[in-house]
Amino acid sequence: MKALILVGGFGTRLRPLTLTMPKPLVEFANKPMILHQIEALAAVGVTDVVLAVNYRPEIMERVLKEYEDQLGLKIHFSLEPEPLGTAGPLKLAEEILAKDNSPFFVLNSDVTCEFPFKQLVEFHKAHGDEGTIVVTKVEEPSKYGVVVHKPNHPSRIDRFVEKPVEFVGNRINAGLYILNPSVLSRIEKNRPTSIEQETFPAVVRDGQLHSFDLEGFWMDVGQPKDFLTGTCLYLSSLAKKNPKLLVSPTESYVYGGNVMVDETAKIGKNCRIGPNVVIGKNCIIGDGVRLQRCTVLPGSKIKDHAWIKSTIVGWNSTVGKWARLENVTVLGDDVTIGDEIYVNGGSILPHKSIKANVDIPAIIM
Amino acid sequence: MLQVPHREKANGAAGKDTKAVILPLFDVAGHPIIWHCLTAIAKVPSIQEVCMIGYYDESVFKDFIKEAATEFPNLPIKYLREYQALGTAGGLYHFRDAILKGRPERIFVLNSDVCCSFPLNEMAKLFDDKDAEAVILGTRVSQEAATNFGCIVSDQHSRRVLHYVEKPESQISNLINCGVYLFSVDAIFPSIRTAIKRRTDRPRLVSYPSSENLESSFMADEDEERKNEVIRLEQDILSDLADSKQFFVHETKDFWRQIKTAGSAVPANALYLQQAQQTGSRELAKPSLNIISPVFIHPSAQVDPTAKLGPNVSIGPRAVIGAGARVKESIVLEDAEIKHDACVLYSIVGWNSRIGAWARVEGTPTPVTSHSTSVVKNGVKVQSITILGKECGVGDEVRDVANEVIM
Repeated sequence: MKALILVGGFGTRLRPLTLTMPKPLVEFANKPMILHQIEALAAVGVTDVVLAVNYRPEIMERVLKEYEDQLGLKIHFSLEPEPLGTAGPLKLAEEILAKDNSPFFVLNSDVTCEFPFKQLVEFHKAHGDEGTIVVTKVEEPSKYGVVVHKPNHPSRIDRFVEKPVEFVGNRINAGLYILNPSVLSRIEKNRPTSIEQETFPAVVRDGQLHSFDLEGFWMDVGQPKDFLTGTCLYLSSLAKKNPKLLVSPTESYVYGGNVMVDETAKIGKNCRIGPNVVIGKNCIIGDGVRLQRCTVLPGSKIKDHAWIKSTIVGWNSTVGKWARLENVTVLGDDVTIGDEIYVNGGSILPHKSIKANVDIPAIIM
Repeated sequence: MLQVPHREKANGAAGKDTKAVILPLFDVAGHPIIWHCLTAIAKVPSIQEVCMIGYYDESVFKDFIKEAATEFPNLPIKYLREYQALGTAGGLYHFRDAILKGRPERIFVLNSDVCCSFPLNEMAKLFDDKDAEAVILGTRVSQEAATNFGCIVSDQHSRRVLHYVEKPESQISNLINCGVYLFSVDAIFPSIRTAIKRRTDRPRLVSYPSSENLESSFMADEDEERKNEVIRLEQDILSDLADSKQFFVHETKDFWRQIKTAGSAVPANALYLQQAQQTGSRELAKPSLNIISPVFIHPSAQVDPTAKLGPNVSIGPRAVIGAGARVKESIVLEDAEIKHDACVLYSIVGWNSRIGAWARVEGTPTPVTSHSTSVVKNGVKVQSITILGKECGVGDEVRDVANEVIM
């Protein structure tokens, strides 16, 4: 089987992290974001993964090459000469996606969930039509595009309603699809095309598109606030499905559970960590540190008595003693926060040293 | 022979943030604010008695006077209570018999709401050198700040005071009144008497009458006027002294600050601690990895060795500072508790208050040269110091809303 992941551009929504690291490589729960998807694809026997990109950072190719052998699949980079929307990249990769005439996956790279690809393939093959899109239930459908089914059919899609004012349903497009190669013939070459607004409605008109209900959590983690929420959901899911990947709740410093610590990280005395904390490779956490709802990316150092909540600490950063970070603060690569400094909702650009409080959410250059 | 009446600011000036606080008895650098005045007074050998004049109930100062008697055995202290606000000069005159008992030639008058090094011996020397009738302590401040204080115009060479004006509208001089005086009794009491007579004879004019405002030109506060006893030293006496007497100014180069609000106790604490450090006081905690001088720790306080304190921190009696706590530029009062890993900056932690683990209480630093204790934050003028009043609590991990006065 084959898959295409829509990676796209520079990940501007996840700045300042993406100023120094391509978005697919930003670690989500201690693993590059895109690797969560590639691993899930490999697990159901995908042999070719196309990354649709509109720029090609060398580091991304280098890092992902390492995983090719490990996972036993081939990673292709498909570079758009100009932005082609969400459908154009499929046509561009037609040669790979159409080979052997089996269905292929299409994934938005910002999405995190439990990736139930095995059930998805089974469902898709069972109905036998051209495409299946994964849908997820949301509380406020009025903010999204909602999927409406044919009367008297549980999965065949009748239409899409963009931001409905009146309630028509609560299932939205989760950004994961499985499609037959025949869909490719519906897409024009070299014209920017939207898969959601042009390709799918055409498939729907022919009664060939079905929806598949996603079990468990779903989150678009393309921006810092959602990255943190997505981390909470992912860790909560792990606690149920694979608690071995988390630190045992009996560990003295763990507070409220859902704590993931890389084995190379060091944790000081009298810390209180959790809930929903990820600590990356080679991080050093000092004594009396309080962490909750945050991600500390590899190589960072949190000094004694610091207090951190709802924050992403970028790579190789240092947070001073008694510093306090909160309210979706994001530190870029190699940032230094001085001792006793308070940062409220600051986006701190790479290599910056912060010596005065940031009382009001701001971008600090 | 000298006497020192010690005027306590009456109500009002202390403001709402000192509701539960007797400001003169507020501990800075380990001692009540007026204790620092007494320490300076005790260094003048010729002072024989101290009179404290104030509006507070006698019982308020009972313990203080008892303690002072032990510390300064050769300095008798008595408290004279005003039953109505008389003004500084009015108070002096009202208690003239008590003050003049023992026939002193000169009296020092200190306002207890200032914090400075009180160079009383230098003032006395100037008094002798110039054969003066009055000496005032002055200090230089920025031009902008000066109009908030009494301004002194002096002859640079002779140091004679030529003109005195309280809180002028225009900039006239940046040499301001520190609220510390030395008067010859033969000059001050007749001056006050003249002022009282002048008041009785004709009401004070606030502006020169013209046909348009004749009606409204009389002193606005008629209640105060009727009493005829409120005689303010600054407005009613000093300007006359400048006209008619041998009135000189001693300009101090040392620190000086007004302590109008409890918030100004934080800079006052810093200044007195720095003075103690410079004079090699043994009261201060020894500097170490976790003690950044100057720091005062009351012997009965419990400070965990992993807590980091200073600079400019005073820890009061029986206060408890937990492991890994951080206290900087702050006053922690009696029986307060700061739990582990908490952080307290530019604040006053009141009696019996509790700061939770990993909590953060933070005021805003004011520049050393600033004479204001408010800062402009988001376009709003706010108190710069965070003050937690008596028996306040800040929960674990809470960040206290900075610049709030919580009483």
